[in-house]
This record gives sequence, C-alpha cells and structure tokens, in this order.
Amino acid sequence: MANSLPPGGAADAATRRDFLSLTTTAVAAVGVAAFAWPFIHSMNPAADTLAVASTEVDLAPIAEGMAITVMFRGKPVFVRHRTAEDIRLARETPLSALPDPQRDEDRVQKPEWLIMVGICTHLGCVPLGQRPSDNKGEFGGWFCPCHGSHYDTSGRIRRGPAPRNLEIPPYTFTSDTSIRIG
Amino acid sequence: MVGLHKSEMKNPVVRWIDERLPVFTLMDKEYAKFPVPRNLTYMWSFGGMAMVILMMMIATGVFLAMFYVPHTAHAFDSVERIMRDVNYGWLIRYLHANGASMFFIVVYIHIFRGLYYGSYKYPRELLWMLGVIILLLMMATAFMGYVLPWGQMSFWGATVITNLFSAIPVVGESIVIWLWGGFSVDNPTLTRFFSLHYLLPFAIVGVVFLHIVALHITSSNNPLGVEPKGPQDTIPFHPYMTIKDSFALLLFFIFYFTFVFFFPNYLGHADNYIPADPLVTPPHIVPEWYFLPFYAILRAVPDKLGGVVLMFASILILFAVPWLDRSPVRSMKFRPLARPFFWTFVASCVLLGYCGAMPAEGIWVPLAKVGTAYYFAYFLVILPLLGKLERPLPLPTSISERVLGGGPVPAAAAAKPMEKA
Ligand code: HEM
Ligand code: FES
Repeated sequence: MANSLPPGGAADAATRRDFLSLTTTAVAAVGVAAFAWPFIHSMNPAADTLAVASTEVDLAPIAEGMAITVMFRGKPVFVRHRTAEDIRLARETPLSALPDPQRDEDRVQKPEWLIMVGICTHLGCVPLGQRPSDNKGEFGGWFCPCHGSHYDTSGRIRRGPAPRNLEIPPYTFTSDTSIRIG
Repeated sequence: MVGLHKSEMKNPVVRWIDERLPVFTLMDKEYAKFPVPRNLTYMWSFGGMAMVILMMMIATGVFLAMFYVPHTAHAFDSVERIMRDVNYGWLIRYLHANGASMFFIVVYIHIFRGLYYGSYKYPRELLWMLGVIILLLMMATAFMGYVLPWGQMSFWGATVITNLFSAIPVVGESIVIWLWGGFSVDNPTLTRFFSLHYLLPFAIVGVVFLHIVALHITSSNNPLGVEPKGPQDTIPFHPYMTIKDSFALLLFFIFYFTFVFFFPNYLGHADNYIPADPLVTPPHIVPEWYFLPFYAILRAVPDKLGGVVLMFASILILFAVPWLDRSPVRSMKFRPLARPFFWTFVASCVLLGYCGAMPAEGIWVPLAKVGTAYYFAYFLVILPLLGKLERPLPLPTSISERVLGGGPVPAAAAAKPMEKA
C-alpha cells in the first residue's frame, strides 16, 4: 500500500499531489507578498518626514485684507486676514450654490482668520489671490490658472474642474495673535 | 561530437567558441541569413533606429549620472554645471534631452506604420502588445527624466501628473502620498525618480529583446500585407537590410544632430531653466511635446476622474487593436474605405497635440473634445464596422508577382478569394 498505487488510484494520487502543489504555491505567494511589503512601505513618508515640526505663525503684522503664505510639510499654507466684506460674502452664499457644500463657520476658528492649504484640489497647482495684484477669480477669493478653478472668500470651490474646497490644515491659536499649524 | 554544437564557422577560434556557446550561429541566423520580404520600404527602418537611440540614451545617461546630483538643493545646479563646466557636458546633455524627443518621433512613426499596414494582425498580436508595453515604459522613463533637472516645469509637471492618481476613489490620496514619499513633490520624490529613471531603460532593453524574439518567429510584415510564399519573395537581412537601415540611420542622425547643434532647446520649455519653486505655479503648465495629445484628452473631459480614465484608456486601447480591427486584410493599400479614416485618425492625433499645447479655454476645449471623440471612435466603432462593411481590393497572389511582375494585377489573382490575414 505504501509502496504502490492502489488500483485505479492514479486519479486519487493526482488529486493529492494537486492539493500539495496548490498549498505550496499559496504559501509561496503569501511569502512573496509579505516580503514585498517592507519594500512598498519604504516608499511611504519616512519618520523624519512625518515628524516635520509644526509651523508657528505670528499674525500681528498681517493687516486686514492682507494675506501671507507659509510653508508646512512642503506645502504652501495661505493665512488671510479677511475683511468684514469677505466674511459677509462667504456667509451669505447659500449652500445650494456650492459644489462641495460647507458652511463658512465650519471652515474658520475666528471669522477674520482663514487658514488653508494653498493647493488646488484639482491637480495641485498653487492658486493666485494672495497678493493684492493677483487675479482673484470671479468670486473674490482665489483663482487657479492651471485649468481655471475659482474659489470664494472662504476658499470653497465655486467653478472649474476642482472637486473639493481648499483643505483646512489642523491649527490652534496659541494666543490672540499667533497660531501653530500642525 | 556529443555535447558540442555543430558549428559552420570557418575561423578556428570563432569555431571553438561557437561549438561551446553558439552565439555566432545565432547572430548569423537571426541577423545575416534571416529572410525578410523583398518589398520592405524605409518604413521598416524605424525599429532599428529606435534600438540605436535606446543605446544612445543609455550611454549618454550613464555619463550624465556621473555628474548629476539627485537632491533638491543641488539638482538644478549640477545640471548647470554639466552644461558649463563638465568637458563636453553640454553635448552629452543635449544628446540626451533631444534624444528623448527623437526616440518618441521614431517610435510614433513606427506605431503608425504598424497601424497602416495591419502589422498587429494574426500572427503578430503579441509582438504588437510587447511594443505597447515598451511605449508605456518609455513614457514613464521620459516623465521621470524630465523631473530630474528640477526646473519649474520639472516640478509642476511632476505635481500635476502625480496628482492624477488622487482621482482614484478611496485610495487615491494614499497612493499619491506613497508616490511622493511625503506630502508634496519633494526630495524623496526626486531621489526615487532618479533611481527608477536609471532602472527602467534596462527594463525596456529586456522587453525590446522579447519584441525581437517574437519578430523573428513571425518574421516581418510588408507593405502588401501578404505573407512570403517562398524564397522568391524574400531576401537575406544581410547585406540588403543592413545597408538600407544604415542609410536610413544616417539620415536620421543628420536630423537629430541638427537639433542637438543648432536648436538644442527648441523642443524643450524655457521655464525649465528656472529653478523649481513650490510656491509659484507657472501660468501655463505644458508637458513635453510627446505627451501633448494625451494631456489634451485629460483636459477635454470636465470631470477629474473621467479625464484621468480616458487618458490612460487612450494608450491601453492599443492593446486591444488586434481584436478590434475585424478586417482580414492587413495593408491599407487594399482597403480604400479604411484609408481616409486612417489619415483622419492621424490628423486627430495632431489636432489633439496642438490642443494640448494651448491653454484649456475658448475654441481649444471643443476642438479637444472632437479630437478625443474621433480618437476613440476610430478604434471602437470605425475599425470594427469597416471589417464588416468594407470590400477590399483584390490582393496579389504573391510578393514577387507584384514586385517583379509589375503592371496591373492579373485576372487570375483578382478572381482568387482574399487571403486571410
Ligand atoms: C529610455 C531611455 C531614456 C529616456 C527616454 C530618458 C529621458 C530623459 C529626459 C527627457 C531627461 C530630461 C532632460 C532635460 O531636459 O534635461 C532626462 C534626464 C536625465 N537622464 Fe535620462 N532618459 C533615458 C535613459 C537614461 C539612462 C539609462 C540614464 C542613466 C543611466 C539616464 C540618466 C539621466 C540623468 C542623470 C538625467 C538628468 C540630467 C539632465 O536633466 O540632463 N537616462 N532623461
Ligand atoms: S490644478 Fe487648479 S485647476 Fe487644475
């Protein structure tokens, strides 16, 4: 029995061999996948990249109606001191007019300070609108020249190919006139 | 003798090697005796040219890599140093930068040649598909190479193209962060692009090898699209094709060097001589010319995900062409109805290229939409329908009859049923 195939057992033996080959292949596949993971994960942000210190911003020198751009994790962050008119425009806009509906109140901690990642949610260009001479688009906020996205005074997308509003980074007010981003 | 290859080489040293490692027999069989159809035109010289440029790109690239520094703080300056201080650095870099453009010109002509003469049809489907893989690898290589000098177009081109992946639902954001190795295009992105830019050309060499192996199984197609029927229809590769290809290569090098020596920056973009600045987007981002038709397709669609899907589909659709074109006749020479559609297709590609270079506004958006619609209609509607509706012209009975016999196609041939491709 142990040394010879049972009569008509060739098919049976083949099934057992098939089973062994399949399990071996499956184990090898899992092994390869497990071995590939460290290499794939090595391309994700490294510890030092993740640990990039948070950015402190002094708000005192920014006059009403002006804006500055600071760097946070390699990205530009827009800090705008909004005028009462900016705020009024943003708050009067009905949510139904927005492709990505969000209330202005939910985008700011203090109404006069709008802090956003200055990267167009379409394909990543930096929208214009920080300097007084810039084209601010049809809604008085920002305009992305790459493929023509218009953002309003709350940084919400109003027209153009961008799908979402400009992103709000995590930040806290450390005093009345300074914030920490990150 | 057991265990030794039977060599026909005359030189004793060559013979000694050939008996143990028959590379000489192989070369003689595949590159000297190899029979090719006797009616090949210069359209069949572009494959050889592409191979020569690939070697040129690797040779110049290896030398550039000796001086190039893959770091955001040094990349731009190291390229400027190559241009100004390294001996003949300007020549090596201009050969490399213009070589990329030449590579695409040659490969695009090579592909249109295949589309015109039906070279993708049975039995050459796999040969064609390997070619499409080479095209994809070339695009990835050229895209990453263009990022290396770290100019404004390098940086913003990389930003826009990597951001395409953010259109993928759910996992898009994570994929983009993984591609970047950070939260924006930055040093980790540059170093990995350099590593892959060095690696991928060798992967191309590997796929080119398979492409040629497949070619030497099926042998070359020809302008008539009729298979050779015997030795009267073929000529040996050497000396006939070697001399013809050498002459074509000579003309090609005159063209290439005209750019290298007289218009080295004509095909590039001036903004790439401005160092990368993550805070300032150039007002008009354009990719290299060879990506323009695909860029136009991307922008022709108002929806982000839709545009990305169509752009990738426009290349991937080439894989399916052998099964979309239902006509049994290979060469457009015998397809009077298909021919105008083919040339309109070529025109639509040129139109898309032009739209891709223009700002996405005004007349350029609808034109890009028309071009995109025709591009896809050609493959998905026109080719399948023509296979059914078209009545092809009668095929010649053989290559030699047509080439040597001259004159009109004899009645006997015309009466013969069409040869199945
Ligand atoms: C398929 C073959 C290749 C293509 C299509 C290609 C394409 C390109 C392109 C378009 C650039 C940008 C040129 C510029 O504007 O400055 C570039 C740069 C570069 N490539 Fe390649 N390349 C190829 C092979 C290679 C290889 C094999 C190496 C290295 C062994 C290499 C090393 C470099 C280096 C160091 C640069 C940066 C210097 C520069 O920008 O001139 N390339 N490549
Ligand atoms: S990146 Fe801003 S509109 Fe496309």
